[in-house]
Amino acid sequence: MGVNFINMATTGTVHQTKWWSGGKSPFNMEYGKLMMWYFLMSDAFTFGAFLISYGSIRFSQNFWPDPNVVFNAFPGAGHANLPLAFVSVMTFILIISSVTMVLAVHAGHKGDKQGVIKWMLWTIVGGLAFLGCQAWEWHHLITGEHAVLADGKLEMIGQTMTGNPWGNLVEDNAALTAALSNTSHETLVSLVQSHDHTHSAKELAAMSDAQLKGMVNLAEMHVREKGPVAFGGYFYGITGFHGFHVFSGVIINIIMLMMAQKDVFAKRGHYLMIEKAGLYWHFVDLVWVFVFLCFYLI
Amino acid sequence: MSNHYDPTKDISPSAAYPEVSFHHHTDDAEFKRRVKKTTILLSVVTIVELAIGLLIYNLHKGEVNRDFLILLFKGVVCILTLLKAYWIVSIFMHLGDEIKNMIMTIIVPLLLFVWFIFAFIYEGNSYKNLRNTYDLHFKETTTPVKYHKADKAEEKPAEKSGKE
Repeated sequence: MGVNFINMATTGTVHQTKWWSGGKSPFNMEYGKLMMWYFLMSDAFTFGAFLISYGSIRFSQNFWPDPNVVFNAFPGAGHANLPLAFVSVMTFILIISSVTMVLAVHAGHKGDKQGVIKWMLWTIVGGLAFLGCQAWEWHHLITGEHAVLADGKLEMIGQTMTGNPWGNLVEDNAALTAALSNTSHETLVSLVQSHDHTHSAKELAAMSDAQLKGMVNLAEMHVREKGPVAFGGYFYGITGFHGFHVFSGVIINIIMLMMAQKDVFAKRGHYLMIEKAGLYWHFVDLVWVFVFLCFYLI
Repeated sequence: MSNHYDPTKDISPSAAYPEVSFHHHTDDAEFKRRVKKTTILLSVVTIVELAIGLLIYNLHKGEVNRDFLILLFKGVVCILTLLKAYWIVSIFMHLGDEIKNMIMTIIVPLLLFVWFIFAFIYEGNSYKNLRNTYDLHFKETTTPVKYHKADKAEEKPAEKSGKE
């Protein structure tokens, strides 16, 4: 582990210091900040355990959905195929909010109250924007239904904890045609609706099964088999746990903002609380770097 | 008692935190330069990761089996992610500026992850191999079609020779 030492001159003299002789912190750090570091280390193990569990389940499967197929939607872009686009927006939001947090901490070092308030506000805006993006993505995955071939019939399912519509592509057209005759009226309506926008849901519901079957364009449907069920649990579990960290980070940041506003830190003579909140916020960004890697990139 | 070590004599503790022996004084210009540099590095590496992600997507689409190439690119993305993590922890969280004692108490326990990752992924892979060997239903229902095709290509000539 290469570690930068700035202030080499200072560090040089400190090597002579008897760090363990008492009367001072052997880690040159005040208690609260040190405990924040240890909390973050334990939290890293929690996230690490979740991600490694996901990894071992993934390695135990012959097939795992390609993230570029699962995460290809963008708000307002309809059914356009835009792999990785939305998650890159989310990633940049978190990176930028991490940078504004660094600036808030730096303003705190200088005792610059207005600077702290300004940069904390931007950090909170970034956190809320990220949460909004995540809410949209979850909503889209849960409610966006896709055609799957299961038990000899077609079904329309979303990405949930119990179902995964991202299995292998079904290339056997005979099997699909056969499955169509076992498919329920409701499913036929939503199948037609997914690619034919000339009829309203009411009109389609009133049609007979035979009419609907004639309108289903199987070639355009990209019907898949059901994928591994574990995908949903891990995705919602881990991104949800991370989202919960972002949420609590936003709450902590709002409290810090209010305390700065009310001169609590100015009276204390230091803005070290901003530094501790900052550590937590950077950790949230750090975890996202790994969530981004494990769920969206590989 | 004259030999007793007095921390206040060789260092000047801050009034708010007497247990902290020295503070880091980075001037504004140096700070701005570092933050700007780190932000640009993080952004550039993220863009490179996204480009590799799209490349993997296109490699998946091809008919040819490019599993090795895909695995290679995934490895590259993993290394780039570790690099990003290093910058965030070292620069943004200022761990790189702390004294060595402190850095080690954080880094050394995290080294357990090295064993942790290899052991559990090996375990998952072993479970897959066992199921593919002893649970043919699992193998047939979950193996992607492109591999089925390869199997069929091998089977067909055998069938013909049987008829002849």
